Amino acid sequence: MTETMGLAELSLLVVYIAMAIITMAMVAFAVSYAGSRAKKLVVRDRVPALVGSAGDSEPPAVSAVEPVTELPKGRRASNVGMSLTWLAFAVLLVAVVMRGIWAGRVPWGNMYEFSLTSALGVLAVFLIFSFFRDVRWLGIYVTTVVLLTLGLAVKVLYTEAAQLVPALKSYWLIIHVSAAVICGGAFTIAAGVTLAYLLQERRLRRTPEGQEPPVSRLPSAQRLELLNYKILTFAFPLWTFAVVSGAIWAESAWGRYWGWDPKETWAFITWVIYAAFLHARTTAGWRGRRAAWISLVGFLAFLINYFGVNLFVQGLHSYKGF
Amino acid sequence: MSDLASDLSTQPAAPPPLGTKGFFRWAWRQLTSMRTALILLVFLAIASIPGSILPQQGIDPVRVNEWIANNPTSGPILKRFGFFDVYASPWFAAIYLLLFISLIGCILPRSFMHARALRAKPPVAPRNLTRLSSSTEVSSELGSDAVIDRAERVFRAKRWRVRRGQDEGGPWIAAEKGYWRETGNLVFHIALIVLLIGVGYGSLWGWKGNVIVVSGKGFSDTLTQYDVWGGGRMVSPSDLPPFSFTLNEFTAEFERGEAQRGAPRFFEGKLTVRDTPGAVPYDTTIGVNEPLSVDGVKVFLVGHGYAPHIIVRDTTGAVVFDDTVPFLPQDGSFTSTGVVKVPDATPQIGIQGLFLPTAALDEILGPYSTFPAPDDPGLFMSAWVGDLGLNTGATQSVYRLDTAQMTLTGREALRPGETWTLPDGMGSVEFVDFTRWASFQIAHDPGQGIALIAVTFAIVGLLLSLFVKRRRMWVRARPAETGSTVVAAGLARGDDERLESLVNDVATAAASDSAQNGRRK
Repeated sequence: MTETMGLAELSLLVVYIAMAIITMAMVAFAVSYAGSRAKKLVVRDRVPALVGSAGDSEPPAVSAVEPVTELPKGRRASNVGMSLTWLAFAVLLVAVVMRGIWAGRVPWGNMYEFSLTSALGVLAVFLIFSFFRDVRWLGIYVTTVVLLTLGLAVKVLYTEAAQLVPALKSYWLIIHVSAAVICGGAFTIAAGVTLAYLLQERRLRRTPEGQEPPVSRLPSAQRLELLNYKILTFAFPLWTFAVVSGAIWAESAWGRYWGWDPKETWAFITWVIYAAFLHARTTAGWRGRRAAWISLVGFLAFLINYFGVNLFVQGLHSYKGF
Repeated sequence: MSDLASDLSTQPAAPPPLGTKGFFRWAWRQLTSMRTALILLVFLAIASIPGSILPQQGIDPVRVNEWIANNPTSGPILKRFGFFDVYASPWFAAIYLLLFISLIGCILPRSFMHARALRAKPPVAPRNLTRLSSSTEVSSELGSDAVIDRAERVFRAKRWRVRRGQDEGGPWIAAEKGYWRETGNLVFHIALIVLLIGVGYGSLWGWKGNVIVVSGKGFSDTLTQYDVWGGGRMVSPSDLPPFSFTLNEFTAEFERGEAQRGAPRFFEGKLTVRDTPGAVPYDTTIGVNEPLSVDGVKVFLVGHGYAPHIIVRDTTGAVVFDDTVPFLPQDGSFTSTGVVKVPDATPQIGIQGLFLPTAALDEILGPYSTFPAPDDPGLFMSAWVGDLGLNTGATQSVYRLDTAQMTLTGREALRPGETWTLPDGMGSVEFVDFTRWASFQIAHDPGQGIALIAVTFAIVGLLLSLFVKRRRMWVRARPAETGSTVVAAGLARGDDERLESLVNDVATAAASDSAQNGRRK
């Protein structure tokens, strides 16, 4: 037993290492913001894009050319942040795998393990995302959220239990929970994007008519809005699946597929609010700020479902996880 | 109703026109507007919240009564407005029914429109394609008809629906793709209605019951055997399939390590089942996540506990009671309470018992159990004599002793095999040994299959409606001095980041590899 306990302790140690790296990444991202402020003028140098005029044989090759400026300091710091985030992801992955090997099952059998895996999920969604877009501006948010999740996990939720209560012994544990973890990552990232959107949107609103809005390191409000929508169009069907697979599992474990258990209720509420977001986005007068707020409320419902229900409410999902 | 709905949803509220017909028309438009659907969705989310905070009748009626008892002012008011049975309350039903009516009002006309669109040809190319937001112009060495031929080949290869035409601006081709978006959208919303029908059908024609079966005893599926039974309005108890089973053995294991000590780890019941009274019996096991299916009915293992075997003898030494009595667990360590009623003794005897699988005694709190497994079992009893009150006609719980007309004669703690001689020569109580019981939920839900099919369609429909892009594209070729000038343009519903590059690709492909002077608008 002592040998296997060693693996659990080692896993915990590796989690602490991951937290240290995440903290460094967070600092790097914070520095990148400070750096970008000082370099405002560099971005201002951009040559205004010309609209192609008709008739001439040699169009001015403008749109393809980016302003050549030296790499701003902020950029370098955010690159360091990204590298550290990759490292933290790898280290945390090792910790989670070790925990899984120690327990002899998937590493999400209680709230502690679930939090570790969720943090890993958030990092994974963020890093996968970074392949398709420049999301370094989101780094500070992601690292903060991950650090808070891990801190809560090791300080409040830590448990040495390896075995599961009988209701969790099912292959649905793998399907249902992994879907929920990925959704958690996507919802978290989407909420960060929405916050950035609301900031940008406010900046735009406060800019007097006819003036250009102040330069920002964040993408434009329009792009952020679209980004949030894109993430949620991916997460919403997956969340639907997570809820449905939970219902199928509940049927075999508890004898009914839907019983308005607090976890089920809040999963439903989350689903309904995100559904409202998708509808708001296409309703005149709701698109933009109001829709963004609805998606933030959806994330709040998700958080209540994740933490609140397990920690404070009595129900079938409060399985002595900590 | 996702992003195409903006086309259909009604405009901001205009004042209702005069006349009854006009008013209903106006009301219907309001109800089926996207804005109303949105508000109803938000209401539905808010209305669901109290059910997760307050205890609910359908889940934990005991805690509901406790809550009302502890809150004498707010309790009855909340009860009156259905806050302890939120999901069956009229106001909750009102919200989701309005939402579904709004939904039907939205998807019906859209289904007809979509059916027409599926048969329609793509729309004629606009005269000036460059006015569209995504457009491009390239020149080609090919003749205008050849360009359109090429464009058609490109579109057909990618399974676009095409239509060709000719006007004074030269030949053109229109193409449209992505009808699955709206199909998926409609399928998703129709599937939600079917899901509601499935849930409703299941609650009207379904039933479920709970029963405690002591190890070694049996159960047959008739109404009288159930401890609790509830059925939908369309169910008659005579519909119960006549299966039966015996619980041969029940095993439970608990965590003995430091962390999560006492948490359940393994449950299993060994059963002998008969599908019909005359059928050949067969052995099987039942566990959590492993329900038993018999004759369209599912048997779930939902709980377990201990059943002490107790023998009560009267003054003459004759046995007046001999049975295993299920005791109900009160905490995670299975401190269990139970009652023995002996109406055949004179005077009648009643025993309140506390069964402790691992007994411990607290100076203040009294006896309690420290571990759920029977490591050191003990039975603490209080014996009452007098009138059990069974003849008053009022129904009594088998788990509660009415001591109004009884007097306490004594208290005693026994270990298995020990006998307690009651004071004043009232007889004796023997704690022979104990066994386990398991509780089963037996349920039949005919709506489940419908619900499962509905959610499957809902997810597929949702994916289609979110990921398929509905696009229209046009290509015009205008004869030029050498070859032709090719203009391509596209239009998408909703956000479509790729449209621009698609338009460029089509224009380039249609104009062949001799494309030059590419210009983006």
